[in-house]
Amino acid sequence: MASVAGHGPPPFFKRGPAPLARLLTLLIVCLVLLIADLRYRYLEVLRQAVSVVTYPIQMAAYGPVELARNVSTYFSSVKALTTENAELTRKQVEVAGRLLRQDGIEQENLRLRALLDMKAQQPVSGIVAEILYNTRDTFSRRVILNKGMQHGIDTGQAVVDDVGVIGQVTRSYPLQAEVTLLTDKDQAVPVQVTRNALRAVMFGAGNGQLELRFLAANADVQVGDTVVTSGLDGIFLPGLPVAKVVRIDRDSSYTFARILCQAAAGIEQHRTVLVLGNREPLPQVPQEAPVRDVPAKTKKGRR
Amino acid sequence: MQPTHSSRRILQPVRPWFILFTLLVAMTLNAVPFGRFPGFPDWAALTLAFWCVREPLKVGMLTAFTVGILMDVIDGAVMGQHALAYVLLAYFAGQLSRRVLWFGLLQQSLHILPLLLLSQVAMVITRLMAGAVFPGWWYFAGCFLAAMLWTPLNYLLLLPQFRPVERDDNRPI
Repeated sequence: MASVAGHGPPPFFKRGPAPLARLLTLLIVCLVLLIADLRYRYLEVLRQAVSVVTYPIQMAAYGPVELARNVSTYFSSVKALTTENAELTRKQVEVAGRLLRQDGIEQENLRLRALLDMKAQQPVSGIVAEILYNTRDTFSRRVILNKGMQHGIDTGQAVVDDVGVIGQVTRSYPLQAEVTLLTDKDQAVPVQVTRNALRAVMFGAGNGQLELRFLAANADVQVGDTVVTSGLDGIFLPGLPVAKVVRIDRDSSYTFARILCQAAAGIEQHRTVLVLGNREPLPQVPQEAPVRDVPAKTKKGRR
Repeated sequence: MQPTHSSRRILQPVRPWFILFTLLVAMTLNAVPFGRFPGFPDWAALTLAFWCVREPLKVGMLTAFTVGILMDVIDGAVMGQHALAYVLLAYFAGQLSRRVLWFGLLQQSLHILPLLLLSQVAMVITRLMAGAVFPGWWYFAGCFLAAMLWTPLNYLLLLPQFRPVERDDNRPI
């Protein structure tokens, strides 16, 4: 029964816990959630479940944006389209020449690898997807793709555009997937410098650039070097272009050189991307042989 | 609804589905992709603060927590980041609710501004501790924009509660 002032009847007996107690309880729940998500990644199932509720909200929010985009595409000038078309035709002819030779080269490579008794290289499969939008989270650099688990996209797959790597699928929902771009501070890619096959790890620098970390101050890296994936992680295929070195600060007071790179791919520009299929898992790390002391070994050898 | 010294109108009681509806709309507005500029107002926080001040018995920390979890999933943020910020916001807004309605709308928005700022600072601290980079000072522009929106939002959200103006001589007020 509401009184005149709009309050309920004065709650004499049942008031529930005090506001401060409720605040503290909820804060503790939030902290537990934060730790469970950040440290242990336990909450992906919960996230999937909640995403069923939030998907309509996201689509409702994206609808007008898509409409505006379509309208602007519709009214884009004929001149721009003609230029783009000419560019694409030129590119296709360029690529066609290479593709014609590639079949032959692949066959040859297969035969040579068989001769050398090496494992055949894995054929690449991929799914073309479109970037819908950047996530609103200002602390990370991620984008949402318009395809998800139902189209065969899985967490951990590499994402490339026509020039190089742009990121990795970090979360997959039924109809969408979340890609962490290379420029995100926490995204790491094992790479190597093409000039001398020096291995390193590439991280986002946080400002849209990339950074080669943990290389000694006297490491053999020069401005202009191209950096490609090394494939040691078993996720990215080896040899995909990643970046070009643009600046090197060698300060002898630090252990490591600060090497800044510019991404090869248009990481924050392109709309159409290719999600590469899962690689075959790398061979298992050999079980550590039981340690025997050296004299015993030599004795065995003499026998 | 709470009586204020300056209000000349008597408001109808709020309908619970309208609160739910406005919160959903606020979350939808939050989900609109605007690119990389960080300084957009947080509609969900603003709407939550509004209802926590107006209807402290109906909307409280538990609602804030639920909205926060939904926002975490919408934003792809860390689970609990928005929930933590919104729960803090709802607590302080609830504490303020007895006092703040006695002021004019402009002074009210000055009361709300520190709360919104607090919720953003809470989010920044959570993420910085998790190892993210500082998003830049523009990030905090959002709460100033949101505080400026307090006055129009007040009229908008109270619109369904304004009693239709009808002459009735038998009614005492």
